[in-house]
Amino acid sequence: MTQLLEVSGVSVTFDGFRAINNLSFSIGPAELRAIIGPNGAGKTTFMDIVTGKTRPDEGRVLWGAKLQSLLSMSEAQIARAGVGRKFQRPTVFEDQTVADNLMMALKAARGPLAVLFWSPKSADHARVAELAEEVGLGDSLSRKSGELSHGQKQWLEIGMLLAQEPQLLLVDEPAAGMTLAEREHTTRLLVDLAKTRAVVVVEHDMEFVRRLNCKVTVLHEGAVLAEGTLDHVTRNPQVIDVYLGRSER
Amino acid sequence: MTRTYLSRNPSVLWFLLILSLFTLGVTVLSEAYGVAFLSTSFIKTLGKTLCLCLAALAMDLIWGYAGILSLGHMAFFALGGYMIGMWLMYARTEGIVITALSNEALPATAQEIQNGIAAQIFGVVGASELPPVWGFAHSLPLQLMLVVLVPGVLALVFGWLAFRSRVTGVYLSILTQAMTLALALYLFQNDSGLRGNNGLSGLQNIPGLDGVSQDLISVWFLWASAFALGLGYLLVAWVVSGKFGSVIRAIRDDEARVRFLGYSVEGYKLFVFTLTAIIAAIAGALYYPQAGIINPAELAPIASIYLAVWVAIGGRGRLYGAVIGAAFVSLLSSWFTGGRAPSINLGFYTINWVDWWLILLGLSFVGVTLFAPKGIGGLFDLWQGLRSPDRKGATLGPDDGSLMEKEAKE
Repeated sequence: MTQLLEVSGVSVTFDGFRAINNLSFSIGPAELRAIIGPNGAGKTTFMDIVTGKTRPDEGRVLWGAKLQSLLSMSEAQIARAGVGRKFQRPTVFEDQTVADNLMMALKAARGPLAVLFWSPKSADHARVAELAEEVGLGDSLSRKSGELSHGQKQWLEIGMLLAQEPQLLLVDEPAAGMTLAEREHTTRLLVDLAKTRAVVVVEHDMEFVRRLNCKVTVLHEGAVLAEGTLDHVTRNPQVIDVYLGRSER
Repeated sequence: MTRTYLSRNPSVLWFLLILSLFTLGVTVLSEAYGVAFLSTSFIKTLGKTLCLCLAALAMDLIWGYAGILSLGHMAFFALGGYMIGMWLMYARTEGIVITALSNEALPATAQEIQNGIAAQIFGVVGASELPPVWGFAHSLPLQLMLVVLVPGVLALVFGWLAFRSRVTGVYLSILTQAMTLALALYLFQNDSGLRGNNGLSGLQNIPGLDGVSQDLISVWFLWASAFALGLGYLLVAWVVSGKFGSVIRAIRDDEARVRFLGYSVEGYKLFVFTLTAIIAAIAGALYYPQAGIINPAELAPIASIYLAVWVAIGGRGRLYGAVIGAAFVSLLSSWFTGGRAPSINLGFYTINWVDWWLILLGLSFVGVTLFAPKGIGGLFDLWQGLRSPDRKGATLGPDDGSLMEKEAKE
């Protein structure tokens, strides 16, 4: 199976601190993957590299069947190529309505002129309403997103990600600050999404990772420490040493 | 969802209605077409104010909507004025030179006329040849194109360099200030080809309209300015109404997030910067024929700061706010600084408004920023009862917006 994203030999240094050290990682086109690791393991920096926010000092990041290098592309170009990112803190445009937020994220031409002369067709309105329904905001379309509760903002952001129709979804701690019912809903949604696209979940919460029931990559000091099922990696003595021995278990 | 553009933006219709009533009213009260209640010089002030309103509209688009505090937009305004001023001065001088040479025994050659014009215009800075930048000054259509092209290309190049390097916030403001200051210093030089600190003058005399009195011309320019302001308002309101407006407001609030949605933030900023520069230039091209004179002092950084102050006081982020702010503050300013405001005698000290006006303006700017961030435009919200309710106590129900404890008791 060809890989959707292939990161090989990537290193990045911030002021002498090696945040990512010769990291290699790959994921297929319809796969769910959890990335775990202690604080400072390089999880967020890894996402920054894939989305173009941080440029690595060395290494390759190849994308898609054509093996396009993501390193020469801007954040916006990478997003247009099909990489979506969900931040830990919900970041929606609070001054604008739920419908406006979704409409902006909807897959369409992104150039200034194209956007200026773009006007929503009835299919677009229908798609926005459908997305809002999917994330439980069906009756809040005309509300300002700043009025939404924390959990609703998380859902709106997920809705915006879905509207972008990405091929790869990078999700940073989706369960943070969610109630048990919301977590279950999120789990189901992520598992569902991974049937048609690649989903990478960065998470601290082992219980949540266990529920995702997928392959796990353990990062430590900017490199991959272990990879496999959750049971497999939790039996790895090194992993127990650096991660599990210190905190959760 | 299927409502038309105008029904979604009723303020546009209101604005156009008020603008037409204003123009009609001034026409009726003018010396040229009506009861001569308003002096010609006051009509020129009103016409100039409309041009300033158009510039404020551009400022509101770039600052209030896209969040880029440009402190250099009056440079584009003045450049527009210079471009139209070159034609006005050239064409008028040409007329004078031809009349003067027609008394000679031999008919004047084209070269003689050219030399005569150059000597007339540039004698004041000790030159007698037309600089290359005046190459198009003989032609109104070409010079009108330059009104748009010169500021547009300058904004495009400057914006490309600044936005590409991701200069944002206060650093960008400083950079735009430096741009307008550098341009002003360059134009102050006699060999800049635009008559140094003398600037261009006599612009109120429109070539080909020698027999027409200023009474009439002032009203015509008022009409043109009102028309341009109306068109500009429609254009900007259209730009900010759709998804484009959504995107630039999103850039204002969180530009990193917009990048991850796939929008090229730099492209949008550059587009808005250039568009607003062109709007400001057109406003300037209408302003300076009414003012009659333009010199490099018009590009001083303070002019652009005034523009920002007007928009802040009027209420940024809403178009009519910018127009109200520019009209209100600039008219008030000309009243105070024109010596018409009565001085206040405190016994031990006399407050002379010509000196104290700037302090009053500064204080009201600080006051508006601190206590009424929505500016004068915010009054319309009060009037429409849009103020969000003053809620106290804990929520009673699970949903947002449910009654609060204290409200329920009342």
